[in-house]
Amino acid sequence: MPNLEHSAYPAAALLQLESLVPCRESQVSTLLSIFGERQQFSFPSIFIYGHTSSGKTYVMQNLLSTLQLPHVFVNCVEYFTSRLLLEEILIQLQSCSSEPEQTSHVRCDTFNDFVRLFKQAVVSQELQDQTLYIVLDRAEQLREMEANILPAFLRLQELTDRNVTVVLLSEIVWELFRPNTGCFEPFTLYFPDYSIGHLQKILSQNHPPEYSADFYAAYINILLGVFYMVCRDLKELQHLAVLNFSKYCEPVVRGEANERDTRKLWKNIEPHLKKAMQTVYLREISSSQWERLQRDDGEPGQLKGLSAHTHVELPYYSKFLLIAAYLASYNPVRTDKRFFLKHHGKIRKTNFMKKHEKTSNHLLGPKPFPLDRLLAILYSIVDNRVAPTANIFSQITSLVTLQLLSMVGHNDQLDGPRYKCTVSLDFIRAIARTVNFDIIKYLYDFL
Amino acid sequence: MSTCSVSKGCFVFKPSPKKRRVSQKTAIDFRERNNASEDSELRFVTCQSLWNQIKSETEQIQEDLNKQLFDNLLSFLRRSHSEFQEKTTEWTCQMKSREIPTAALVLGVNVTDHDLTFRSFSEVLQNNITPYIALLEAKDCPDIKNLMQKLMGQLMNCYIDVDSLEDEDSVQVSQNRIRCSMTSLINWYENVTKKTDSETPSKKRTSSSRHWQSPPVVVIFKDMESFTTKVLQDFIVISSQHIHELPLVLIFGIATSPMIIHSLLPHSVSSLLCIELFQSLSCKEHLSTIIDKLLLTTQFPFKLGEKVLQVLINIFLYHDFSVQNFIKGFQLCMVEHFYSQPLSVLCCQVVDTKKRVNSLSHDQCENIRKLPSFRRYVESQVSEKQIALLTADNFLKEIIQKLLEDLHVYHENYVSVLRCLHVFTSSLPKYPLGKQIRELHCACLENRVWETEEYESSLQLARMLNKSDLVTMLQQCVEIFVSSSGKEFDKTVEKLKEFLTQFQKLEAEAIQERDVSVSSQKELQKKTDLYHLQKTLLELKESRRSKKLTKFEMLRFEVVDYIDSLVRTYLVPADHKTLHEIVYFNTASVLRGHLNAAPRIALHTALNNPYCYLKNQALKSDGGSISNKAPDICIVYKLHLECGRLINLVDWLEAFSTVVMAVEGPNADAASSDQVDDIIHARFIRAVSELELLGFIKPSKQKTDHVARLTWGAC
Repeated sequence: MPNLEHSAYPAAALLQLESLVPCRESQVSTLLSIFGERQQFSFPSIFIYGHTSSGKTYVMQNLLSTLQLPHVFVNCVEYFTSRLLLEEILIQLQSCSSEPEQTSHVRCDTFNDFVRLFKQAVVSQELQDQTLYIVLDRAEQLREMEANILPAFLRLQELTDRNVTVVLLSEIVWELFRPNTGCFEPFTLYFPDYSIGHLQKILSQNHPPEYSADFYAAYINILLGVFYMVCRDLKELQHLAVLNFSKYCEPVVRGEANERDTRKLWKNIEPHLKKAMQTVYLREISSSQWERLQRDDGEPGQLKGLSAHTHVELPYYSKFLLIAAYLASYNPVRTDKRFFLKHHGKIRKTNFMKKHEKTSNHLLGPKPFPLDRLLAILYSIVDNRVAPTANIFSQITSLVTLQLLSMVGHNDQLDGPRYKCTVSLDFIRAIARTVNFDIIKYLYDFL
Repeated sequence: MSTCSVSKGCFVFKPSPKKRRVSQKTAIDFRERNNASEDSELRFVTCQSLWNQIKSETEQIQEDLNKQLFDNLLSFLRRSHSEFQEKTTEWTCQMKSREIPTAALVLGVNVTDHDLTFRSFSEVLQNNITPYIALLEAKDCPDIKNLMQKLMGQLMNCYIDVDSLEDEDSVQVSQNRIRCSMTSLINWYENVTKKTDSETPSKKRTSSSRHWQSPPVVVIFKDMESFTTKVLQDFIVISSQHIHELPLVLIFGIATSPMIIHSLLPHSVSSLLCIELFQSLSCKEHLSTIIDKLLLTTQFPFKLGEKVLQVLINIFLYHDFSVQNFIKGFQLCMVEHFYSQPLSVLCCQVVDTKKRVNSLSHDQCENIRKLPSFRRYVESQVSEKQIALLTADNFLKEIIQKLLEDLHVYHENYVSVLRCLHVFTSSLPKYPLGKQIRELHCACLENRVWETEEYESSLQLARMLNKSDLVTMLQQCVEIFVSSSGKEFDKTVEKLKEFLTQFQKLEAEAIQERDVSVSSQKELQKKTDLYHLQKTLLELKESRRSKKLTKFEMLRFEVVDYIDSLVRTYLVPADHKTLHEIVYFNTASVLRGHLNAAPRIALHTALNNPYCYLKNQALKSDGGSISNKAPDICIVYKLHLECGRLINLVDWLEAFSTVVMAVEGPNADAASSDQVDDIIHARFIRAVSELELLGFIKPSKQKTDHVARLTWGAC
């Protein structure tokens, strides 16, 4: 195991850091060697990428705070405009200075202002003899801001002529960032995913005080056995581990098994975890509901998940409008005659089909259709006469707001609006059943 | 309700916020349209007070119906952040990632009703849990920036005094100056909670004692479906990072199904939420309660006729599922009734009738004599009485009073018997008379219900009910009659109770009978000879066929017959009753015209037959021909109806000028007819562009000088 070593930092701090960031020693030592000593100029910009919860943010935070390096940590999702972002950096700069009276609000609209204000802030704090680190988390958001923001951050050291290093954290690769006008290339560093061994090690680290570390490690082992296939997110695994731990302990608490009775414990927890995978993990039922269920020893079956409530009650004509929209979306226009005309004659599907229509329309997805066609189909599938009242038209609009239909093209197109039906076949069959309409008979794909 | 517009169509009448000031004017309007002798002012006042009663009643109903849901939500909100406040030191709480408590509130597709629900909900919240509530709508939040602005504006204003709200500009400026980020929100929250802690004014004390130390911040997304994915995701990601500092609770208002959460949010975002599901009462049940409390009661003198009720219910079931719209429609009926029916002055509570009848003017008496139902009544009387009724106002007034009392009694009885009948019909297989009481009500209003086939078949089915069902139904009926206000039901209750005791007696007898049948079975077992067995079996069969009805069956027939007799006496349709016109609103066509707007039909009528709206004698045409006196757009419209999908503009212009020149023809020079007049050309262009604006045609790129038609058919 490579111990962290660096002449510039005290060994105690390094040791503490090592305990805080397990399984990330090599990355940290790379970073440390890039950082150099406190007063040395470091690389102008560093780009760190890796999957969700591969410890990018966590490592950076711990590294900077344990070694007490001056730093600014900003999440780019939270500060969604460039102005907010730049101002936030300046505010944090002010607050990490030793003079607390300088907390007045500064306005910073452009990067030019930022560079000027940044210089002032650094001078006033006498930070020049140390490298200042600006960490931009979720840096992919920078691409959506003004075009100059990202390149300017990359060469902030050069622009401000101060000892500063910008660290970008992102989940996507640098190639997707590179602006086509070219820019300064940052030093890129990859954080690989944690392996199952790593996960085991990290998760077992924080065991509850009441139980031994081995007991908890065994539990984590079982947990990973169930969940590792679907979820490698450390945070999520941690959450699940905590949620289900009380159930794991149950036999021990009741005195039916002792702590080393792994097989018995496994038998107890395994089906429970599988159930958790189908419910809590998918957020079908909430974690607090899950905990309550555990406490009351109830069956999760009695609590219906979110997906169980698929039934949507619609007004009568809305149902038919939706059915008409579905038919219009999935049937080729030419077949309307065959379905909705009284004396259509028999058309054999094989002769009737064009080559490209041989693939199922359901595989291709819904096609847009004009309003006229929707209404024409509506009039022919509803038994009694429907007057084209304002109510019918407003129902179409409300179906759009309910996201059951979607409008194709621009919203304010008044003449000849086009729609798509976005509901699934199962949904529409359930709807059609309530109005005794055999929709399968009218679908070209099922002819 | 009227507008200054000349066109027919649907107009939105927003209720004015300063109603008191306006009502004076509407009262005058009410009067102006009618003769002063017709008590228009009194009618207006009656209508107003009645509406106020009904409004408060409906609000009460709404409140009661939502109570369960709100209670659940409140307990969820109380629970949501208390756990973390209590035990922050425990291992589980430290380790568990903190999720944002989220309530998924499924409200049904009647989006128009949601507003009211949310309003009352936020009121309840304000009184019980927290003053910090933000209601967000998708249309205000196209991106995260607007969402934050809106959120902070709503939250931070909740402690600003009323006077500072007046100059909105300053608030706006200060809002912009406060950086709209989560940090400033957190700072604000810290300040506010600290302030309520430290400050000691009594008012603040009470508010902070009602809420707790750090009340949660509730953010309500009114229409979850319409929010864009990105905005929601960003907001959730941001706020999940600050959940420790800002106790946030999200409430998603969902119209369709909770599945939408999964389709809007990816797993990485939904894993930040702790979602619990809440479901509101279905709107159909809500409507049933409203109908039950508004229509099937004698509390309100105003009644809806069958057709009108059918129109309102159809709009509800076929189009919008909106209870609010139903109540609005009911209000419209009421206003229309009091406005158009001069005799509606008598449509008041029973206690006031006497006074009002006595103060009727002669004109009003004449109005009564003109009523069809009253004329029918007069014709059924002896001749002296007929003369007295038609000539002596005082005698008439006495009779009217009596008749109105009769009508009231009729309503009292009607409601109870209807409910009683509903008890029977609602448990029959296939529901021949409908499952809901409103269907039964409509059927009874329409015509004599006992003459319908459905009634016949439901009686048939009722005659086959089993005993336990029958007994429970009878018990329910007894309860209904006992609690009803009608005075004539003492006998009925007695009779029903008698039936019940007879059933009990039967039970006792049945036990004995069973013994008998068992013994006969034993006899049967004894005979093993095939011939004898066949014989006895045949005998048994024969006896069963011709068997006299058992006592139970007799009794069942009696009960059903009794119910039938009740129906025949009390469920007479309202329009067979004298003076029903006074309390029943029956002009469904007016209502349909107001509520079921048909814009395209109206437009077609206006363009095809301009006389209908302009009322100009010159425009009165006999249908087919095109008059050149009509407005240009009408001529152009009529000409375009004769064309195919693509219309040649040159031909159209030719036809147009021919029609327009038809009168001027003799005067104008024949030589110039070859060249179209510039003015006519301009008029034509204008008319065509007007038609384009209305959406009948659009420019086409398929052929030069052609436009495409967009509409088909006559309407």
